[in-house]
Amino acid sequence: MKKTYKIEVDCPVCADKMERAAKKTKGVKNVSINFMMLKMNVEFDEGANPETVMQEVRTNCKKIESDCEVFY
Amino acid sequence: MITKLQKKQKHKLSRILISLLFFFALLVLRYSNISFQTANNGLFLLGLYLIPYFISGYDVIRKSVFGICHGQVMDENFLMTLATAGAFAIGQFEEAAAVMIFYQVGEFFQNYAVEKSRASVKELMSIAPEYANLEYEDGSVEIIEPEDIEVGDILIIKPGEKIPIDGIVVEGEGFINTSALTGESIPRFVETGDNIVSGCINGDNLIKVQADREYDASTVVRILELVETAASRKSQTERFITRFSRYYTPIVVISALVISIIPPIFIGNWIGWILRGCTFLVISCPCALVISVPMAFFGGVGAASKLGMLVKGSNYLEVMGNLDTIVFDKTGTLTEGEFEVRMVEAASGYSVDEVVKYAAAVEMGSTHPIAAAIVESCEKPFSASIISDVENIRGKGIIAKVGMSRIIAGNRKLMREQGIDIDFDEINDIGVIVYIAKNKKHIGTIVLEDSPKHNSRNAIESIIEEGVKHVVMLTGDSNTNAERTAAELGLTKYKSELLPQDKVRALEEIIEDIKSRNKETSIRNKVAFVGDGINDAPVISRADVGIALGSMGSDAAIEAADIVIMDDDLLKIAGLIRIARKTVGISKTNIVFALAIKLLFLTLGGFGIANMWTAVIADVGVAILCILNSMRMLTIKHSLY
Repeated sequence: MKKTYKIEVDCPVCADKMERAAKKTKGVKNVSINFMMLKMNVEFDEGANPETVMQEVRTNCKKIESDCEVFY
Repeated sequence: MITKLQKKQKHKLSRILISLLFFFALLVLRYSNISFQTANNGLFLLGLYLIPYFISGYDVIRKSVFGICHGQVMDENFLMTLATAGAFAIGQFEEAAAVMIFYQVGEFFQNYAVEKSRASVKELMSIAPEYANLEYEDGSVEIIEPEDIEVGDILIIKPGEKIPIDGIVVEGEGFINTSALTGESIPRFVETGDNIVSGCINGDNLIKVQADREYDASTVVRILELVETAASRKSQTERFITRFSRYYTPIVVISALVISIIPPIFIGNWIGWILRGCTFLVISCPCALVISVPMAFFGGVGAASKLGMLVKGSNYLEVMGNLDTIVFDKTGTLTEGEFEVRMVEAASGYSVDEVVKYAAAVEMGSTHPIAAAIVESCEKPFSASIISDVENIRGKGIIAKVGMSRIIAGNRKLMREQGIDIDFDEINDIGVIVYIAKNKKHIGTIVLEDSPKHNSRNAIESIIEEGVKHVVMLTGDSNTNAERTAAELGLTKYKSELLPQDKVRALEEIIEDIKSRNKETSIRNKVAFVGDGINDAPVISRADVGIALGSMGSDAAIEAADIVIMDDDLLKIAGLIRIARKTVGISKTNIVFALAIKLLFLTLGGFGIANMWTAVIADVGVAILCILNSMRMLTIKHSLY
């Protein structure tokens, strides 16, 4: 399953870091962030619950970039 | 959300201005003739310089503390804080404060530019309707959300309003502006009975539209969805630069460490070498370099949509800049796709009318443009009830039973397969030839013609002018027809008599040919396929970049395509190539320029020629220049088209 979320982040390097942090989250198969569009495309593992996974994604992103935000 | 960002920006600007003022006031006081009694008091001076330093950079310092708590050693905020703290520690107050302020100037400009390009592209995408005026049977009107529109609803569209849903005009007439969708600046005239597409803007007259689909299936929603998911596809250049930035920072930081520790162990002068190390740290942030590349592509995709072309990812724009060959489907793409019966010949014993009547009977159920033309030309068709056992043989023809007779309508191949005895040389006409057989006997021949679109030739000329080496046409037509069309349109090559399933193979042959002609390292080796969607989806997805015609093309093709030309204007392809080249050019220039300056200042800094001041100004300067360069993509007008 693929979903697109709005994000907020200041610079492309931070966006790249967020992308890598989100990728490492359990239940996430793949992530792609478009910095200019402020969009995060998340592909979930089968059977994963997007709501709980996204909560974890947000926490992981916040860890590496305090200023960022993921709207889910 | 945007307003929150804007607020943040305003706040930052005032902080930068205040700290700049304060900083220059300090400089003037210190170096002017006005005696500055405490000028030699180091601690007091430090205190003074710390004021603009903190005003401009407190968020950087806060974030660096946060970053280090989470083990983010290579965090840009941390590195900037480290560099400036180092400078303060060794008594370079002025430099430390200046570096922080100018760093923030760069950040501010960068955010401003990004916001600006987002806003300008967002404007292009503002096609979604906010409301719809629903008219009830009793004539009363209610304003509803577009999502609540149901099929069959009658909607009133006042002058200047956005058309909320795809449908049919049931009342009124007038001009509508389709430019948001198609880039076409000339308004289109619609009247009762015409189809109308959501996202267009109504002109001066009130019209009423009956919805023929729900909002979720409307053109506007489909386009917006495509744009949303396009976010996941990045160009090679963008990938390169993000990957590069992952290595760049660690390398510079390690060099900074080495340069501030190793040389002084042997030759002393700790302060001098630490200062050089700090200069390195100042240039360690790759953000400016990284940001200008996605910005250029973003602007390029925006410029394309301004011209009415939907590019589903920046990678496709990059491919468009590196084309070796463009392959066109013939029918419906290079030609109008509407056939006309030009000549009917009947075998002895049959009349022309009879031939057409039988042909129309078998073709009745088919959606193929040839079938449609034959059916159209038949004035008194058989009743559909006597037609049975219809067998559609793709790319060859149709066999069916009409009454008690078995009728075959198809091309030469089908006739041979069916063992029908025909003197094929008898008709030497140019066009699509359909043979009709009744109970294994040839009863007549129909010749149809499909004429090229008026601007096909111009489009191909301008594509070749752009340096695309080959323009190839794929068609199921006979060789004679293909040859004529190819000559007429100035194509470099054509492949004819292809069945629908052969087209993918034909494209693969073209790809092989490109590989054999070009060196492996050559980047200009990509192939694009342009089609209108009838039987094209597999070919569209096989090409490096698949282009579909939006208004005529099928939904499947638009889904499979990487680029959609909304108003079918083939002339736009050359414009898109120009946009793509410009985008790729700008991002490459930026990469080379920014890297060169960074390398130069790393070298100068290493030899102690450039200090932190000059380094930060060079860094911020180069960032601003690169970003301005990328922003040129936003101002592209029709001059490129």
